[in-house]
Parts: sequence; structure tokens; C-alpha cells
Amino acid sequence: MAYHSFLLEPISCHSWNKDRTQIALCPNNHDVHIYKKDGTKWIKIHELKEHNGQVTGIDWAPESNRIVTCGTDRNAYVWSLKGEVWKPTLVILRINRAARCVSWSPKENKFAVGSGSRLISICYFEQENDWWVCKHIKKPIRSTVLSLDWHPNNVLLAAGSCDFKCRVFSAYIKEVEEKPGPTVWGSKMPFGEVLFESGPSGVSGGAGDGAGGGWVHGVCFSHSGNRLAWTSHDSTVAIAEGGKTSTISSLSSETLPLLCVSFITENSLVAAGHDCYPVLFVYDGTKGSVTFGGKLDVPKQTSQRGISARERFQNLDRRATSSETTEQGLESLHKNSISQISVLEGGKSKCSTFCTTGMDGGMEWSHGTSRYTHTHTTHTV
Amino acid sequence: MEALQAVLKNPPINTKNQNVKDRAEALMLKVLSAFKSSDIEKAVQSLDKNGVDLLMKYIYKGFEKPSENSSATLLQWHEKALSAGGVGSIVRVLTARKTV
Repeated sequence: MAYHSFLLEPISCHSWNKDRTQIALCPNNHDVHIYKKDGTKWIKIHELKEHNGQVTGIDWAPESNRIVTCGTDRNAYVWSLKGEVWKPTLVILRINRAARCVSWSPKENKFAVGSGSRLISICYFEQENDWWVCKHIKKPIRSTVLSLDWHPNNVLLAAGSCDFKCRVFSAYIKEVEEKPGPTVWGSKMPFGEVLFESGPSGVSGGAGDGAGGGWVHGVCFSHSGNRLAWTSHDSTVAIAEGGKTSTISSLSSETLPLLCVSFITENSLVAAGHDCYPVLFVYDGTKGSVTFGGKLDVPKQTSQRGISARERFQNLDRRATSSETTEQGLESLHKNSISQISVLEGGKSKCSTFCTTGMDGGMEWSHGTSRYTHTHTTHTV
Repeated sequence: MEALQAVLKNPPINTKNQNVKDRAEALMLKVLSAFKSSDIEKAVQSLDKNGVDLLMKYIYKGFEKPSENSSATLLQWHEKALSAGGVGSIVRVLTARKTV
């Protein structure tokens, strides 16, 4: 409902605190800025400077109030608020390529980092040594891990990777938790076990066209953890239901590839990407089908003015059509690709507000209302 | 119309034999140019989603080797297929690892 343009740089990643009054984001450089909401304005209150490379992932743990950041300098830092200052703790990930994404587990006793060195680092805190230790999940990942999402049982982890597959791994660490009960994805869960692997963009029974696939950009578990959705670079969105192997329903969308996805109820999800507006998808569990629910961006109606004869000929010359319906600029609120969606209120089961950030600035949306007010505040840094 | 369905039915995606692919593509081009401009839209509507994606792949393959009149007919097909499949179908042509 409100559009806040933080800066002119792309926002690489963002994360909200528990009561949604503060947002931590990376303005495409080595720092993390924390902004606090003050009425309708945003004030920068902290700058976390420790990384030597661009910060590619931020996650703010709501309960324990710690922030984990990871960056292209192959490191991750866990930040804790001591008084008024955020103090970093280095976590050695033992990776030799950049880290790409990071996510706290639901119980916040461990976090997972996806990286370009074709592995996922699961890090947990060892009390005796007062140090974060990490374990690697290597097989069978063949390329960069682009996105991660934890299952609500704190053990299963979904990872989307550039080798065109979306997988569910077990990240069970016996030092910090007990054995988990069986889920629809499987019952035996030793560390690093692959419980599910998607075929390349599984279009089932198509005329051989489903054998393409694309990089898996975004993954998301549903609130119950029984469903997993992922978006891929070949403009498809797919949902798999745990327990029944190969019930993968996917939809080849007509838009440019979607970069991020999030469940907002058990049956619907919102996704956004290179097309610069969020879209809604509805999943029908009984029929196993995904349908396009509509765009969630209602732009202001620009006034229709008639075009002169001269413009008609100019259009004909430049664009080979003489109609006026050409988009000089994007009609959506975001002016560049959207790279991340986060749910603000309602959780993944009944989301009422979610936030999108992209290569141009930050935004908030409200799901379920159909009118959006467009306020534009620029904040010079 | 049926010729279009037939030629789209078994595309040589999995074969490594370049000859087979070339023959299939030449056949496809013949079928596409045999259509009258007014019939193109109906033909595209009769295809399902996978068919439209496959048609897009052939259209782009045809663009790679232009002969005298092929580009014009291909462009007409491209316009109709685009309105049916959207930008997503073009993205799928670009990201598909098994070419037709």
C-alpha cells in the first residue's frame, strides 16, 4: 500500500525484525543498514560494517533478535544487539566461493547458508567452545545454491539450485536437537539425506518439452510444511506435495521468470520477478493444478489522451504499430526486477501483508484489498 | 491443420543426430509456409500450452537460417504464437537445454 524508495541502488536483500518496526537491508555494498520506522518516514539507525564483499543474504531471527548476514567474501556474521550496538561474531563457513543466501531455522538454533561452492553450510552454536560450527551438505548438489527455506519442523531444508533442481534435505544436527518425527517427506532423516528431488521443471506428460528446466530461483515451504513451491528461470512455478512422489504440478507462466515466491495461505502463493509486479497463484490440491490468480499491482490509470497524426506516423516508423498502447515506462510500482518477497503479517498461513524489494527500492503490499495508495518518499543516504 | 499437429507430435528433442533435426526443421518450415495468413491464428489457438512452446522453438530455429521468404511467414507465426504463449514461451525457448 505504500512505496518507499530507499535509495537509487538495488537492494540486495532485506529482513524485518519481529514487530516489523525495523528493516535491515543491504544497499548493494558491503554494509547492512538498519532503518527504523518513524511515522511514515524511515530513519537509518545502524550501519553494520564488517563484510569485505557484497552482502547477499540477511535474516533476522524474530525471537532471539539476532541477525545473520552472509556475503561474497565467503563469510557469515551473526550479529547480536548489545545495548545500542550490534556486535558481530564471525562464522567460518569453509567455503571457497561466495555465499548466496542465508536463513535461520524456525527454532533459531541453527542457520543454513547456500553458496556458489555447490554446498549448503548448516551452522550451529557449540556451547563448550563458544563458537559457531558448520557442517556441509555436498551431494548431490552440482551447482550454486540460490535459495533456501526451512520446514517448520526445524530439520528439513529445501534448496533451489542452478543445476535446475529443487531438493529437500535433512539438516538434522544431533548436537542441538532430538530426532524429529516422520513427516510426509520421509521418516528416516540422517544429516544430508535427500528426501525429495524435483525433475527438471516437471511438466508431466508434455510433448517432450518438460525436459528443459531452468535455475531454481526461489523455494518456499507452505505453513504446514506439506507443500513445497519453487520458481524456475524457464518461467514456471511448480508445487510438489510431500508424500506422493512425482505429484509435481507446474504452470508455465506467460511472464518473465519469477525470482521469489512465498506461500500466503496453504493454497495460494505470491511470486514476483523480472516482470516487476507480484502475481498470485492458486493451487488446487484435489486436481493438482496451479492456476494464475492475477496480478497484484494495480497501477494508476494514466489519462488517455488522443494521439496526433504526427505521433501515429512516428509510432509506425519506430515500432511498426500505430496504436497508442505502448508502454513507454513500466506501469507497475516497482521500476525494476523484484528480487525478494517477505511476509510481514499473518505468517505463511494467512498472510495479510507482504513486502517486496528489488533493484530499485522497497515496497509494501496488502493482500486482499484491491486499492493501493501510492506515496513516494525518497530518502537520500 | 492436421499436418501441423502431426509435425509437432514427435519432435526430435532427445536425438543427437543432427540430420534428423535438420529434416524435421525443414519439414516444419514447409508446413508453416503452406498456411494462409488468415489461418495462422486459428492454428495457434488449436495448440495446447506445450504445443505453443514447441512451435516457438521451431520458429526460432527457423530464424537461424533465413531463406528468401521464410522470415516473413515466421514473423507472422511468431506474432500469433507470442499472443498465445506470452513472453514466458520465449524464455522457455532460451532456457531449454534440449533443442528441437
